[in-house]
Amino acid sequence: MSIRIFVPRDSAALALGADQVAAALDVQARQRGLDIELVRNGSRGMFWLEPLVEVQTPAGRVAYGPVAPGDVQDLLDAQFQTGAAHRLCLGLTQALTYLRQQERLTFARMGVTDPLSLADYQAHEGFAGLRRALALSPSEIVQQVLDSGLRGRGGAAFPAGIKWKTVAAASSAQKYIVCNADEGDSGTYSDRMAMEGDPFMLIEGMTIAAVATGATQGYIYIRSEYPHAIATMREAIAKASAAGFSGSNILKSGKTFHLEVRKAAGAYVCGEETAMLESIEGKRGVVRAKPPIPALKGLFGQPSVINNVITFASVPIILARGAAYYTDYGVGRSSGTLPFQLTGNIKHGGLIEKAFGITLRQLLFDFGGGSASGRPIKAVQVGGPLGAYVPERYWDVPMDYEAYAAVGVTVGHGGIVVHDDTADLSRLARYAMEFCAIESCGKCTPCRIGSTRGVEVLDRIAAGNNNAKQVELLRDLCDTMLHGSLCALGSMTPNPVLSALNHYPQDFGLAVPVAEIA
Amino acid sequence: MLTESQQQIIQTIVDGKKHLPGGLLPMLHDIQDALGHIPAPALGLIAQELNLSRAEVHGVVTFYHFFRHEPAGKQVVQICRAEACQSMGADKLWEHACSRLNTQGGTTADGAVTLEPVYCLGLCSSSPAMVVDEQLHARVDTVKFDRLVAATGSVA
Repeated sequence: MSIRIFVPRDSAALALGADQVAAALDVQARQRGLDIELVRNGSRGMFWLEPLVEVQTPAGRVAYGPVAPGDVQDLLDAQFQTGAAHRLCLGLTQALTYLRQQERLTFARMGVTDPLSLADYQAHEGFAGLRRALALSPSEIVQQVLDSGLRGRGGAAFPAGIKWKTVAAASSAQKYIVCNADEGDSGTYSDRMAMEGDPFMLIEGMTIAAVATGATQGYIYIRSEYPHAIATMREAIAKASAAGFSGSNILKSGKTFHLEVRKAAGAYVCGEETAMLESIEGKRGVVRAKPPIPALKGLFGQPSVINNVITFASVPIILARGAAYYTDYGVGRSSGTLPFQLTGNIKHGGLIEKAFGITLRQLLFDFGGGSASGRPIKAVQVGGPLGAYVPERYWDVPMDYEAYAAVGVTVGHGGIVVHDDTADLSRLARYAMEFCAIESCGKCTPCRIGSTRGVEVLDRIAAGNNNAKQVELLRDLCDTMLHGSLCALGSMTPNPVLSALNHYPQDFGLAVPVAEIA
Repeated sequence: MLTESQQQIIQTIVDGKKHLPGGLLPMLHDIQDALGHIPAPALGLIAQELNLSRAEVHGVVTFYHFFRHEPAGKQVVQICRAEACQSMGADKLWEHACSRLNTQGGTTADGAVTLEPVYCLGLCSSSPAMVVDEQLHARVDTVKFDRLVAATGSVA
């Protein structure tokens, strides 16, 4: 019997040489007459250990990492294929503290299965949610999603069930399911991991949405910077349709749902749902004014469910195990889990799926092990480039939507970017404004012109020109952007800027308030 | 002016995609995949086939960062400049790349390399990250940069 060896095909593993490791294993195993089966799994999300190679043993999967192509000979000499000891051996994968301390619901299969194997997917609870959904009425499916308390995992945190209910109730000959996979925020990659590492999960979630609302056509809008995710999703859609899990006559239910991948083209604003719709329609990604809401007038003017990848991907387990199972995780109105993405200057960067209520300090130190540079952590940006910089005094606030909102921070999609004490927050604030200026769709004045003026004011502050007056001007400008912009790009850019200014005034050449020193 | 073969490639792509709802973006992607950029004379042809004005098509092509108006250099190097990569020295890496390639971004005078910023490759836990000819690389420092770019012979 052949020995099963797992080498991830996730982009982050590839970027660290996983393909070369797989090739070396293949060649050298053949030279030694070893019968091995190479499985290209997804990533477990422990990126400091990538490429993480696993070997199937009678006791379970044994992990070795990080493995460089040059380590392969040495590993084979040490008989690692039997799970033998080696300096890179980490022990049984499932026993690794980083994984054991997580609550993986959505990411349960991540790194475990072969992403494009339908058999593997079904052996790990795949399509149980869809089968259950097909046995329910559309309104019962929607009720499950409502009862689960699932809120959009893309950032705005709007209850998914309410969107679905609105679309289900709308009367129209054509409805759409649209997945926003334009994950452009620095510090996030959970969508990418889900699409590359467990693509059938997204297909299953979207198909359940279609059955619940009566939509027959779906689109997944994926950013052009994710070529591996695009290729994996396209292959997975073809496989799922050919096997009857999507497409025409889904599992002989008579229901139809056709799914297509649309490649984005590098415009950050297209992560905003209405700009994304314009882009799928073949136009410039210019934001639409709301109302009408996309649930009633969305893609091509028709009722559309729009959610991001993780939102759809959270649905199969809710249907398979019931809403109550899901709401057992989390706190208050933040039910279930969120895949937190620990990134930037952090020793053990990776994906941590945990119920809401964990604190930033736990993530940074219990999981992350502190900064990568070994220097003190100074600022942590939570929720993407439009999220606030969070100073240490908030690191013990439980991460849930309401508790975070109360201190002026958005949890968003759970992206966390760590900066050590060498970071200059005035420079990061300027970057945020400049990014907004470059990426503004141009439709509304506060965003289009405000961001350019913001850069100028921040430059004057950095030059020390009449600071008190310039700071007042900057705050006024941020207030205008916050209240006057059409979408989140303009209205949230003040978050990083003002949080940097408020919590790190010394970086702007301003005096630290007395209360802060004490 | 388009060459005859370019004209033919574009016409085939347009014919294949024009009936697709919102087919303009997929069309532009296919043209760029085939020709390496979107030649300006293609805009009129596309506009005519989709019953749009040339200005509308131009507006779409120029709105998106991904579409090239000119062919890229022989080698394309993209360095992520977003926050997570910044926190691990992406700015220094960019400066190093600029000085090694003697450019401030864009295509070098000899057409050998196109250096571009990119804003997030989803490799934020292994930053800084970059792309060399569509291959992803993570935890890139200046030594690794030199090795990767020199390996293809672009740096003198």
